[in-house]
Amino acid sequence: MNPESVDVVVIGAGPAGMSGATTLAALGLKVVLLDEQGSPGGQIYRGITLAPLSRRDLLGPDYAQGNELAQALASSSVRYEKGASVWQVTRERQVSYLRDGRMQTLDAKAVLLATGAMERPFPIPGWTLPGVMTAGAAQILLKSAGLAPSEPVVLAGCGPLLYLLGWQYLRAGGPIKALVDTTRPEDYWRARRHVFAALRAWPYLRKGLELMRSLRSAGIAHYSGAEQLAVEGEEAAQALTFRVGGKPQRIASRCVLLHQGVVPNIQFSQSLRARHEWDPAQLCFTPVSDPWGELDVPGVYTAGDGAGIGGAQAAALQGELTALGIAERLKAITQAQRDHRAEPVRLKLAGNLRIRPFLDALYQPKEENRIPADEVMVCRCEEVTAGDLRSFVALGCAGPNQAKSFGRCGMGPCQGRMCGLTVTEVIAKARGVSAAEVGYYRIRPPIKPITLGELAGE
Amino acid sequence: MRTDSLFQPVTSEVRATRTVSLTFNDQAMTVPAGITVAAALLMSGISRFRATPVSESPRAPYCMMGVCFECLVDIDGVPNRQSCLIEVAEGMRIHSQEGARDLVFQPMNVQVVEVQS
Repeated sequence: MNPESVDVVVIGAGPAGMSGATTLAALGLKVVLLDEQGSPGGQIYRGITLAPLSRRDLLGPDYAQGNELAQALASSSVRYEKGASVWQVTRERQVSYLRDGRMQTLDAKAVLLATGAMERPFPIPGWTLPGVMTAGAAQILLKSAGLAPSEPVVLAGCGPLLYLLGWQYLRAGGPIKALVDTTRPEDYWRARRHVFAALRAWPYLRKGLELMRSLRSAGIAHYSGAEQLAVEGEEAAQALTFRVGGKPQRIASRCVLLHQGVVPNIQFSQSLRARHEWDPAQLCFTPVSDPWGELDVPGVYTAGDGAGIGGAQAAALQGELTALGIAERLKAITQAQRDHRAEPVRLKLAGNLRIRPFLDALYQPKEENRIPADEVMVCRCEEVTAGDLRSFVALGCAGPNQAKSFGRCGMGPCQGRMCGLTVTEVIAKARGVSAAEVGYYRIRPPIKPITLGELAGE
Repeated sequence: MRTDSLFQPVTSEVRATRTVSLTFNDQAMTVPAGITVAAALLMSGISRFRATPVSESPRAPYCMMGVCFECLVDIDGVPNRQSCLIEVAEGMRIHSQEGARDLVFQPMNVQVVEVQS
């Protein structure tokens, strides 16, 4: 059977994917939007079309904004396929996915990767114990199922999402025992040179300050400059221990929610062997693209947080810009039309991204929480510790791909998603070279698990 | 629902009217329709989803967005399903995954042939 031919396949129905797909369809192109979830929104607007009004209200106005994008998608001619698990994208722009247990393949003139972000791994002692989750995971439970903690939780780490979740829990009546902040006074000092740019993004900054103020005025214990975070427990989490100013602290809780920022999900761009660069401000790899989001793989584009972290509003604008670039390439609009329409979008995007250098500097994750001590688990799937990795390096292991042969690091079901960045940074530090030089795992399809039976089209 | 579950529905929400019945390790539970298997188990007091193949240490969902693969369970006889991505359905039989998989070996009817040199 020959694969069906379409103009554009968009992967991911978050803000970038929804806006990109809708823009492309409005320009008369045949667009298929594939997404793994059961409803559009991505992670930031997860469940936006299904959430009851009371939940939408509880989550706040930023979440409700996603509804506009979802409505536009619903009334467009985009063929939106939910529950589609894409396991392969080739350099020839053939997209293979699994839906309802059935294998499907599309041939596209252009592919837009809008796979968004994932939370940065937070490798500390005990982070594999049941009861330890990311703040984003807890927020997904709130967005998609209306669930909040049943007993007081500990929020630990740094970054806007952590404080936003705290604020949302306050409104939901979810009890918070403590906010354990890894941000130190010197981080504010480091961020100060970006403060004028940040002030020009005042609404964003004000929102952040209001979140922090409401957490403080709710009387939640707030620890700043926390170090040596560790989760205690044998079969499940019992407590978070840490130090503040050298003084040991212990907060008992069965639920510890960790967060230290988000990083691009680059499984597809990596599997396509596109060029990536190490971003020294965001401490992650990002795919290299031209001003229209095109990678060095012709016809494959990227937009949104998967192209570098910019947040939901920036992602929607990038989705629109990239769509204009694709439409021009596919001759749906002229170059002049593209540039004319893109100009105001670029202006808005630039305004939106003004806050980023400030946030990146202020909430840069601490080295001890990225490059952990020997006993800490790095690869959760194959249970490889930082000490194991360092012993591999002592034996001559030069990078993440060799680490696989040395000790199966990164070869479990998550395919290196949860350990990739940590492995790169641990090896770089041990070898005394840059993360850019060490590089990343070589990602290969299938990107998602698929059985031999499904592959054979049974 | 067990009382020691880590997560519970927020009070401001009207309780879901539609529910589905399923089992986890043969224990029956009733959960709201439309949520993921992982969310359903967490609100039902299940805090341990599986034991790792390497050291049999306990694990539970970490990312809830299909990245970490910690929430893997056996659903209706199919192992390694990402429970954070799959919606609950009536009659689902869910099992935790304990340690490394056993190799199920079913010998074929092989005839024994004596080889003479």
